[in-house]
Amino acid sequence: MLLVEKNAMTEEIEALVEQFGKQRSSLLKILHEIQKKHRHIPDFAQQEIARLLDIHPVEVYSVISFYAFLNTEPKGRNIVRVCQSITCDLQGKQAVCNAIEREIGCKFGETSKDKKFHLEFANCLGLCDISPAMAVNEKVYTNLTPEKAVQILNQVK
Amino acid sequence: MENKKSERSGKVLFTKYTRGESINKAVSMKRDDILLEIKESKLRGRGGAGFPTSTKWMLTAAARSEDKYVVCNADEGEPGTFKDRVLLLEYPELVFDGMVIAGYVIGAKEGIVYLRGEYEYMLFPLLDYIQGMRDDNLLGKNICGKEGFDFEISIRLGNGAYVCGEETALIESLEGHRGEARNRPPFPVTTGFMGKPTVVNNVETLACVAKIVEKGGEWFKQHGTDKSTGSKLFSISGDCKKPGVYELPWGTTINELLKIVEAENTKAVQVGGASGVCLNKTQFDRQLAYEDAATGGSIIIFNENRNMLHVLKNFMEFFVEESCGQCTPCRIGNTKLLEGVRMIESGNFTFAYINQLKELGKTMQVASKCGLGQSSPNPFISILDNFKDEILNKGNGGTNGR
Ligand SMILES: Cc1cc2nc3c(=O)[nH]c(=O)nc-3n(C[C@H](O)[C@H](O)[C@H](O)COP(=O)(O)O)c2cc1C
Ligand code: SF4
Ligand code: FES
Repeated sequence: MLLVEKNAMTEEIEALVEQFGKQRSSLLKILHEIQKKHRHIPDFAQQEIARLLDIHPVEVYSVISFYAFLNTEPKGRNIVRVCQSITCDLQGKQAVCNAIEREIGCKFGETSKDKKFHLEFANCLGLCDISPAMAVNEKVYTNLTPEKAVQILNQVK
Repeated sequence: MENKKSERSGKVLFTKYTRGESINKAVSMKRDDILLEIKESKLRGRGGAGFPTSTKWMLTAAARSEDKYVVCNADEGEPGTFKDRVLLLEYPELVFDGMVIAGYVIGAKEGIVYLRGEYEYMLFPLLDYIQGMRDDNLLGKNICGKEGFDFEISIRLGNGAYVCGEETALIESLEGHRGEARNRPPFPVTTGFMGKPTVVNNVETLACVAKIVEKGGEWFKQHGTDKSTGSKLFSISGDCKKPGVYELPWGTTINELLKIVEAENTKAVQVGGASGVCLNKTQFDRQLAYEDAATGGSIIIFNENRNMLHVLKNFMEFFVEESCGQCTPCRIGNTKLLEGVRMIESGNFTFAYINQLKELGKTMQVASKCGLGQSSPNPFISILDNFKDEILNKGNGGTNGR
């Protein structure tokens, strides 16, 4: 990380601590915001959060490692999560995944070469009645077919 | 997502209701009288465990503390469950009014909705809705003109961990920790969020409260069965023509339900999501109720073409992934059960070993620290028992009947 980037990150975290309060219960709210903006929580950010909340950096890392939506390494600019739970599975999730892999050119669990997409599986998204379902970042898409899924990803910037 | 509110019909929840109606009524009542009304209704928690709501609230109301909290558990993560999604999107008036009433009864000033991260798309609509309540004095200070009754609601997002739906893991997560279940006792009713008395209720439970205050416990009790009062929202998915959320009276049989959703050639029905049990045809006359087939409302339907071993594998993979890993019976146990499923799949198993695994499952049911490990053996045991012929006998090792 460049020094200017570090300074910007520190300022960002200071603002979040200001907003949510300097207490342990703010930790996940802060992590959520950083994750959302940067699509991961870099080492430096972890240290700064720990310093500003007055907890050990290992604690911050330990919390991040627990939650599926938080990660310490950059993935891709857009995170695609296809539901792998039972109803989506029955309704044809595999064909959808195959089509996505072919079109994006990487496997589930991987990031595309241009870093535009990271593909992963999710557990039940609570959309089983309109399955198969997937999420692209915060947005959800339902009643997928292989073709529809690919079209949706093609429209993502 | 389509809003189907106009098409929904039911006897208790999917009915007409105007926002604020029961809050207005509640603030004119004594707290004890509201508690009695809820006791009269015999309402039990809709999140799965079925704990009597009035008991939970009485304990929290009786606890002495300056600060108390109401937590709405909207972490809905059980595979096959989506009823809370529909309530939050289409009936927020019931859910939030229920929360305000809970605050009034137990003496809390703060309510927190723990919304699963996967439902982030609801965040802004819900925040708008809450702002509307503030504008109407249904939140804030001196609510509905009741001197000294202040209550606020905030929303916290989860970060993709199923176990955080367990109430003590949820509280850990709210406090900024890993979502690992706590030892109980003490229970959240005395030692919850920030160590303060806390009521944790499911979205649907809170919605029921709003209707009970509006129409009375006696009215509520007229629906359902003796031990399971009121109605239930069922999340129905899988092999049927009309999947979706249905409000049905408790006591409905599986056969009746299959007819309603137009399911054909049904071979198996999973009751209660991945952590529930799987029933075969001989059990379709069973009633959905606390006294028979109890459920948080998830129903997954499988037709004759489905491979039940594949279904079981999907469930066990889920639990291996979602176990918080804190206690050994659950962490190791689920891995062993999944390994067993893979052995059957490859034809490389002995009946003696499968029976040992079923015994292991029974040990997990008693020795695990929280409900995840206590219930994750349910599909393993019930699918291997109820679909023994398909999985263990016809398969002859390797082919599994395919
Ligand atoms: C692994 C696990 C996940 C759970 N997930 C949820 C959930 O998503 N929503 C919920 O209301 N209850 C869930 N529960 C049950 C809660 O621990 C708790 O019993 C419930 O929120 C109490 O509310 P109720 O009495 O209104 O049902 C879960 C329990 C376990 C063990
Ligand atoms: S039963 Fe499983 S999920 Fe619950 S505390 Fe133990 S390891 Fe964690
Ligand atoms: S199983 Fe995929 S959304 Fe529920």
